[in-house]
Amino acid sequence: MVGYLARRFLQAIVVVLGVVLIVFLLSRMIPGGEARAVLGERASPQAIARFNRVQGFDQPIWLQFWHYVIGLPQLKLGYSYKFTQPVWSIISTRLPKTLVLVGTAVVLALVVAVPLGVIQVVRRHKPTDYVLTGFSFILFAMPAFFLGTLLIILFSFDLKLLPVSPPSGASPFAMWTDPKAFIMPVLTLAAVSIATFSRYMRSSLLDAMAEDYIRTARAKGASNKRVLFGHALRNALIPIITLLGLTLPVIVSGAVITEDVFNYPGMGLLVVNAAENTDIPLVLGTTLVITVATVIGSLIADILYVLVDPRIRYGGSF
Amino acid sequence: MTEAEEFHDTPAFGTDPSSSPVAVGPDLVVPEEALEAAEEMGGGPSGGEAQSTGGIGVQIVRTFWEHKLAVVSLAVLILMILFCWVGPLIYHTQQANQNLVLVNPTNAPPGGQFPLGTTQTGFDELGRIMYGGKVSLTVGLLSALVATVMGVVYGAVAGFFGRWLDALMMRFVDIVLSIPLLFLLIALVTIFKSSEGLLIFVIAGVSWLVPARLVRGETLSLRTREYVQAVRGMGGRGGRIIGRHIIPNAVGTIVVFATFQVATSILILAALGFLGFGVPAPATDWGSMLSNAIAAAGNGWWWEFYPVGICIVLVVIAFNFIGDALRDALEVRTQRR
Repeated sequence: MVGYLARRFLQAIVVVLGVVLIVFLLSRMIPGGEARAVLGERASPQAIARFNRVQGFDQPIWLQFWHYVIGLPQLKLGYSYKFTQPVWSIISTRLPKTLVLVGTAVVLALVVAVPLGVIQVVRRHKPTDYVLTGFSFILFAMPAFFLGTLLIILFSFDLKLLPVSPPSGASPFAMWTDPKAFIMPVLTLAAVSIATFSRYMRSSLLDAMAEDYIRTARAKGASNKRVLFGHALRNALIPIITLLGLTLPVIVSGAVITEDVFNYPGMGLLVVNAAENTDIPLVLGTTLVITVATVIGSLIADILYVLVDPRIRYGGSF
Repeated sequence: MTEAEEFHDTPAFGTDPSSSPVAVGPDLVVPEEALEAAEEMGGGPSGGEAQSTGGIGVQIVRTFWEHKLAVVSLAVLILMILFCWVGPLIYHTQQANQNLVLVNPTNAPPGGQFPLGTTQTGFDELGRIMYGGKVSLTVGLLSALVATVMGVVYGAVAGFFGRWLDALMMRFVDIVLSIPLLFLLIALVTIFKSSEGLLIFVIAGVSWLVPARLVRGETLSLRTREYVQAVRGMGGRGGRIIGRHIIPNAVGTIVVFATFQVATSILILAALGFLGFGVPAPATDWGSMLSNAIAAAGNGWWWEFYPVGICIVLVVIAFNFIGDALRDALEVRTQRR
């Protein structure tokens, strides 16, 4: 188990280094270079040469990469010329907001999807199952921006129950002081995950019900309820944790849409605004930071996986 | 039948549990021996006898036909394609003129000259949905195609040659997959200015990773098969083995993936369009249309918002149902191998 965790940790480090390399290469692929992007289309060759010399862009590429890598632990992610601020100082206020949003949505998705999957198994091939299946199909195909806008129309414009604006206040935990404004963003972000998780829950539970240990439990006289909750459900939850780790990048991606729809000031809205301003250092810095956060999140899910299923003794190559 | 057996069911997103491999239809039960004979003759990579592949082909079509939702989805898709491509030939509208405000009323409700009303810039909504649908469907289909081809070649090469090359190639896939898709897409679209052609390649560029993994997995199991060993023994080289023997045998997995990918690609384009990174105006796609219609929807001008939203959801659901049915249909062949 320790070996597995060590290997998993190493793998995460390799992934992060790879992402750093990709982001670095992308930043050097800007047509015309960063100098043109900053100084404008009409900048003189002398001005561009001076900019490149001052920024170190005239050095060999491997040296530039080395400077980039050793700057990262000091959070040197580049400089946003549009905001005239270091990239990290802009990101540092946005990141916690997205972490809170994504975290809450994941918890909500699990809390809703697991019981939904169980209900579908208990009532399988009955109207309830079909209705819930149809429902999850629609949620699955519904783009987050369509769902989010529908929610706004229904709850804000028609029923006038919830505000359109995001939770006010600079703190990432503004949701505690302004919970009504937090409902719709979280619902929108959780919707697709609810559809996916509940479908996997259903099939994973059905697989578990076909296992030998279920027959053994029944033979020993365990009640239906005990078989379902005591034996099948516990084993069926394990694949869901794996799925959670795997879909985390997708959920974080969804946060871009959700934040855009609800004007929620997190990393997603930041990257969209930065892209609108063609503020490439900020776009790439945001991408790098959110990816590292996602990798750490997936790592946590994998550690949970080991804790939940103590039978697993990882050996051999993985 | 024990209760435990009764619990056995189809995998996630399976809609119809009744697709057993032998009973193909109510009135047609293929005898076990005939099926196996057909398998032996037609299971080979390059097709074998026309008669025997026909047998399997018929079976695939029959299993697909049993999924009524998939058949309906196919019909919906065909109608949608006719609507977007043939529609504009019958129903002529002005979709490139940016000064339509001078000619058409803006935000006109449905009726009369405009069956689905007009947008805030005076475009005819019905014509606009056809026009945007063309872009959305083209980008969706082509980027799925490009992604599948890239992924298949990459995965087959990695799986076939194995060892350090496989490790290196798959690490690269892990790395790119760990970047949240929309962030990567936005970065790419910002660096390389957006256009319809670029969008196809950018969406394909982030979508080929999953088929690469799938095909690599298939290849790992296929390359140990006797017939691959035989080709090797006869002196067949890597390229030939991959192209003539491994990829044709993984075709079921590939086709199913490609179908789901079209749905995903359409959603990705819609998301990009919604965020303002879709095709540049006056061209449009369904996502950009939805994005422009939000304020309108708040004003009660529903015709600018719901029809196009429903189009996206319909097409995406349709591709998902078809992919599901294809998976069941193609498993008839793969399960019994």
